[in-house]
Amino acid sequence: MDRYTTATLRVNGQDLQVVFPTHHTLLEVLREECGLTGTKHGCELGECGTCTVLVDGEPVLSCLALTAEMEGRSIETVEGLQDGNELHPLQAAFADLGAAQCGYCTPGMLMTATALLAENDDPSADEIRTALAGNLCRCTGYHKIIEAVEWAAGVVRGDAGAGPAREVLFGSSVPGEGS
Amino acid sequence: MGAHPHVGAGVLRNEDPQLLTGRAIFVDDVHLAGTLHAAFLRSDFAHGRLLSVDTSAAKRREGVIAVYTAEDLGDYWCHGPLLVPPPPIAGLTFNTATLVPLARDRVVHVGEPIAVVVAESRYIAEDALEDIVVDIEPLPVVVGLEEALAPDSPVIHEALGTNVAAHVVQQKGDYEAARGDAHTVVSRKFSYDRGVAGAIENRGILADWNARNEELTVWDTTQAPIPIRNGLAERLGLLQSQVRVVAPFLGGGFGPKMMMFYPEELLIPWISMRLERPVKWIEDRAESFFATTNERLQLHEAELAVDSEGRILGVKDVFLHDSGAYDPYGITVPINTQCTLLGPYRVPNYYSEFTAVFTNKTIVTPVRGAGRQHGVFVMERLLDFAAKELGIDRVEIRKRNFLTPDEFPHDHEILFQDSAPLVYDSGDYLPAMEKAAEMIGYRKFLDEEQPKARAEGRRLGLGIVSYVEGTGIGPYEGARVSVEPSGKVQLATGVGTQGQGHFTTFAQIVADQLGVDVTDVHVVTGDTREFSWGTGTFASRGIVVAGSACHEAAIVVRKRILSVASEALEAAEDDLELADGVVRVKGSDLSISLGELAVRANPLRGAVAAGAEPGLEATSYFGPARGTTASGVHAMIVEIDPETLEVSIQRYVVVHDCGRLVNPVIVDGQIHGGVAHGIGNAFFEELVYDDQGQLLNASFMDYLLPTATDVPHMEVAHVETPSPLNPLGVKGVGEAGAIPVGALYAQALEDALQGAVEIREIPLSPGRLFDLVQDAEADS
Repeated sequence: MDRYTTATLRVNGQDLQVVFPTHHTLLEVLREECGLTGTKHGCELGECGTCTVLVDGEPVLSCLALTAEMEGRSIETVEGLQDGNELHPLQAAFADLGAAQCGYCTPGMLMTATALLAENDDPSADEIRTALAGNLCRCTGYHKIIEAVEWAAGVVRGDAGAGPAREVLFGSSVPGEGS
Repeated sequence: MGAHPHVGAGVLRNEDPQLLTGRAIFVDDVHLAGTLHAAFLRSDFAHGRLLSVDTSAAKRREGVIAVYTAEDLGDYWCHGPLLVPPPPIAGLTFNTATLVPLARDRVVHVGEPIAVVVAESRYIAEDALEDIVVDIEPLPVVVGLEEALAPDSPVIHEALGTNVAAHVVQQKGDYEAARGDAHTVVSRKFSYDRGVAGAIENRGILADWNARNEELTVWDTTQAPIPIRNGLAERLGLLQSQVRVVAPFLGGGFGPKMMMFYPEELLIPWISMRLERPVKWIEDRAESFFATTNERLQLHEAELAVDSEGRILGVKDVFLHDSGAYDPYGITVPINTQCTLLGPYRVPNYYSEFTAVFTNKTIVTPVRGAGRQHGVFVMERLLDFAAKELGIDRVEIRKRNFLTPDEFPHDHEILFQDSAPLVYDSGDYLPAMEKAAEMIGYRKFLDEEQPKARAEGRRLGLGIVSYVEGTGIGPYEGARVSVEPSGKVQLATGVGTQGQGHFTTFAQIVADQLGVDVTDVHVVTGDTREFSWGTGTFASRGIVVAGSACHEAAIVVRKRILSVASEALEAAEDDLELADGVVRVKGSDLSISLGELAVRANPLRGAVAAGAEPGLEATSYFGPARGTTASGVHAMIVEIDPETLEVSIQRYVVVHDCGRLVNPVIVDGQIHGGVAHGIGNAFFEELVYDDQGQLLNASFMDYLLPTATDVPHMEVAHVETPSPLNPLGVKGVGEAGAIPVGALYAQALEDALQGAVEIREIPLSPGRLFDLVQDAEADS
């Protein structure tokens, strides 16, 4: 039968004491023991990026990380992004631009983008594309995701002029203005 | 703000606060105490006789609760339903072979389930699969479409005596006579292959039989919860009211999550009832390649007859279609091909014949586009070749053949997938083409940019193609709108939702009628307890059919609101206006809130007039006689590396017509995603089977979905020809972006390679392009 491990995990700034089967991945323990089901899975083989969380600020595929090795490290998930009722600039930009569709890859995208902005608060579109290349999305064609990350970067920098073009916010066809 | 302040605006999505914070509940996020976990033993052989299955060792493994094979299912074992019977086409042949829950004496594709293990954990269940001893006698495997029809081919379904799944001829006019009058006839063979839907969330089911209440709850990643509820109740001998199917948030659908009655979908609820425990099965990624339906190859032999000006006199197309091992979804995919091939063009004579073929591979059912890609590819390629032969510009040959606005409704005199005549309701193709040509800079590219680049040794090419898409078919959907005492509005509909933004677009439609904010309309979809009638989300029909039902129900509720308010405010209904959650007497400050009206409409004392219904609530249904026709033009500029034949997309332009836009931001997002799927189909994705029917690339390491570095920035514009077939004037858009991309790549790459190769196949890749170039050089 399963052997269990007890560990204290620091998740989204809180210490959680969890007991879990020793062989379970960080993905499983976050979703099952911690009740943090915001982190999703798409392959459990490290191929799709959906389960990305931050460990000590670095994006990590939680489906490949063993929880037993996570003691003492700082884990961040999508549930920890917002500040009270205030959405993180990335979350806000995703909402404003319609960058989430089914929303399943979105937590992984948000976490990867969080790590990118921590490292580079003024990334080019190409740098954003490269950073997100390990996160698969089937709904959006990445278009609005990339725009959202660009915009959020501007907000994070405090760049008042940062903002998307009008058609990005309102769609390419503005009612009442013809097509 | 006009009469419709919300419809047409890119308002924020109601679902995003849940999705962006990780709070949204998907099937695998539902954790019930005491849940058992299932794993399926699947066939390693594509074709074989199942001689024996020994589960005794698996049953002895600690933590295993039960193991079932076909034999253990008793009366529950039977063939599944034929989900979509073929349309009544004269002379049609259709051979039915529907799914079985577990293979009994024969396996017909790799991944077909043979046994299911139920255990205390998924780990134990998977380990126990290794304990099962299966004896399969391999049979010769049917892989190729032409080979499947050879007289000496092995037969997959012995009772049928043939590998022909269907044979269909549809025609209009007299193609042979038209051919006789033609100035030029272009004939080619084409092969068009497709791949997986690739939803990032795999399939999953959690079933919970509550023996005390005698109620079954099933959380299912289905696009069509109501048909699944109905089918499960029937098969399990329960009332529909005893079965609740919930399709919560879904991580993408794209077709294969339709009302398939997959083996897992039928078995997990049955097992939960037997064991009286919740049972969960979550598909893994490898299983999704074998056991979730996909789309694949068609082989076309086609010709186009034109006059000296390039005007179409007729088209003939004869093709083979890969059905896979079973055909539960009828002939939907090939008939879409047949009907979509005609495109936005005037085709006076058409002969189309197809043979759908059983093969020992995963079942083919609609995937975003659903066979339309194949037809568009054939037609657009034929036009390109005809233009070249006649020395006519490729945009010009299309313009000469476009149907004009005065030709609508346009009857193509054949039947569509919904059994209704293929009649285009509306469209205006010329402005879309002109706009796309202008946006991509067509003339400037050909006259200046391309020659300049060529002089520098760079290979740039442009593609520009058109398509139409039949969307928004029946039979019907419904919606219930209720104004509650809080003043908020509850809107329930039966369709499932997989990222299309229904929580927002449906709310926009209702908000306009009731004068409330979009955020005050709470939308429930995909829960059979909330709404009991309907079919599901497929065929780009959500906004058209369910959206129209929302609109109709909201109009009824609006009338009721005005009636109750008229009495309360002692004013004529004509003098009232609805806005900001209140009914106001125009030009006065006399008003009453919707919440107060909801209370008045549902009194605790006094009499309600005979025949009156309580509450501010209405349910309406919308069933269109036939589908509505969306259309578009895509254009792109590519550069090919002359050494590696790597292709980079420099610009990508879409001009699309889906009638009236309910939410332009959401519509653009639908198009972006479709294009990305199309790019995958054209250049990255291919299901590679060997001659034993083994899929060689069943993982995302080997089967390449386009990534953020592969999909370009897209420039999207719209023309709007409202549909006359629904009150909102809307057309479907979910599949559109994916449809023309193969045809677009072929034309653009040919252009970049300066006619060195002729492209008659999809998918392509740098390696395949290299081979084509080599072959062409060897030939010349």
